[in-house]
Amino acid sequence: MADWGEESENPELTEKQKKEIAKWFLTNAPAGEIQYVAKDVRALIADDRLYNMAAAEAFPLFNKAHLVVLEMPDRSGDVIISSFGEIDKDNFFDPRTAQIVTVDHMKQVCTKVRPANDEELPSAYVEEFRFALDAELCKYVVDTYPKGTCAVYCTRGKDVDGPGVNFDFAVVISASRTSPQNFCNGSWRSIWTLEFKDDLQVVEVKGKMQVVAHYFEEGNVQLDAKNECRDSTLLQSPEDCAVSISNTIRHHEAEYMASLEESYLHLPDTTFKDLRRKLPVTRTLFPWQNTLQFSLTRDISRELGIGK
Amino acid sequence: MEAAMDLMRRISPNQGETALSALLAILPSHSSELLSQVDQPLQVLMDAKCEKEFILCEYNRDADSYRSPWSNEYYPPLEDGSLPSAEMRKLECEANDVFAIYRDQYYEGGISSVYMWEDDGQGFAACFLIKKDGSKSGDGRRGYLHEGTWDAIHVIEVGAEEDGKAHYCLTSTVMLSLTTEGKPSGTFNLAGSIRRQMNCDLAVADGHICNMGKMIEEMEGKLRNSLDQVINKFNDYNVHSNLILIRFSDSKFICSEGCLTPTDLLFLIERVLIHWQVYFGKTREMVCTLRPPPEGIQMKLPE
Repeated sequence: MADWGEESENPELTEKQKKEIAKWFLTNAPAGEIQYVAKDVRALIADDRLYNMAAAEAFPLFNKAHLVVLEMPDRSGDVIISSFGEIDKDNFFDPRTAQIVTVDHMKQVCTKVRPANDEELPSAYVEEFRFALDAELCKYVVDTYPKGTCAVYCTRGKDVDGPGVNFDFAVVISASRTSPQNFCNGSWRSIWTLEFKDDLQVVEVKGKMQVVAHYFEEGNVQLDAKNECRDSTLLQSPEDCAVSISNTIRHHEAEYMASLEESYLHLPDTTFKDLRRKLPVTRTLFPWQNTLQFSLTRDISRELGIGK
Repeated sequence: MEAAMDLMRRISPNQGETALSALLAILPSHSSELLSQVDQPLQVLMDAKCEKEFILCEYNRDADSYRSPWSNEYYPPLEDGSLPSAEMRKLECEANDVFAIYRDQYYEGGISSVYMWEDDGQGFAACFLIKKDGSKSGDGRRGYLHEGTWDAIHVIEVGAEEDGKAHYCLTSTVMLSLTTEGKPSGTFNLAGSIRRQMNCDLAVADGHICNMGKMIEEMEGKLRNSLDQVINKFNDYNVHSNLILIRFSDSKFICSEGCLTPTDLLFLIERVLIHWQVYFGKTREMVCTLRPPPEGIQMKLPE
């Protein structure tokens, strides 16, 4: 939790404190709502210079954490803003189109693209695995997520040029939905790290999934669900690896979705009951018309020592 | 101030306290306004005389002390702390007794407090509070929740009697947070706060038990129906939660006969609590939009 200092003893905030507060609100904005939060924060701070300083730091953090998906200007598709593709603050690598995209973090748009140069690309050997997996995953994501985007990055060993050496991939799946007119926003993010272990001839699979939803009509209700899992599969040919890895991901994500559904199904009957029952213990509605009688009975039982 | 309130509607309720302290730091001149409009988790004190806990709020506070509804005394002790009139206090005691039974039946534990005070005009106001800790370590009897709190605040303003009727304005806030943790499903956290207002005019009859009984019986019928609807919809994939919300906001509380008793007020509260379950359906609907469940289950947000 952030520390704002002793504001009660020191009513005048320093510029640094103000900037930190602005940054905190921006980075903690719910999925798809940073522009709305930005408008509020700007009005609150009432100092455009300070606001811009805070926003310049907060927007890149938010965009990367939320795996924001931006459209590339030349219609070559969408790019995911993630730390795996980060070249520098404003430039991100899109492995599918082998392009470097320059983004305007605060406007959340791409401003230009250029082809990646050879040093930025993985070797042909690694690319064969990456390309095959990307193709398999695309099929899965298109089938499963109405607004989903995925990317496969080589995170370690991109210059490996033949069998015998280990390398790592990161798979990112991002799906979001904003529907402000229905007061509802949400996002699904999953990050899978794959370790291709040549010596053991296995691929270690680790996944982190996060689902958030925000419903804010006459209220503010937020779901934040997270899960982690791990698995492994055999290191085979690029095509076979692609199929078995995407099946592993498909399996774990489906399993997680099912358990989320289960959590929701349990809410009214069990989980919720520990907070408030849908009906009183008597399984009938509260007898408002008999309350006087009710408290009288209670008094009598108390006097006679019946019950508690 | 508007921007501050909009931020509070967006920031996760789990981070509400941090957000509030940040807003207070930025807008020191609006601190009392912020504190009264932003709902914070309810705090509890022990009434040493009655050995019973009571809930703290703005309505039982005087200086730095809080009045217990059980002994009518201030904690920490306060000389000449303001007290309700004898008549008001009688109604308050009755409401506390009834509300405690109600709370026990629905919450199986928890703490409740009711405070009443005279209005500037001819009417009066009442505040009904419930706090329940449903976590495993707290009052959660079934042990499903790793963490779970439910704080409910209902403030009712009752206008002066006019032509045998009184105007009731109920503002209800329910703050809730629950976390379940388990190996297969990871952590699942739902948190939220909802504020609703409901207005109605109820006839102030001269306490004929028959009239009152009839009115409540009718209302209970309606209540039961809407409760069933919500629960059924909630368990149904094809739920279109907007429909439920519209139905709820359209269903006005209209009574022809009535009686000004604490039980009438409590009855209004009961209706508002039902709205909660609809909101959980909403976040779930969003999850299904992100990743639709397989096999012909339709789940769409209206375009």
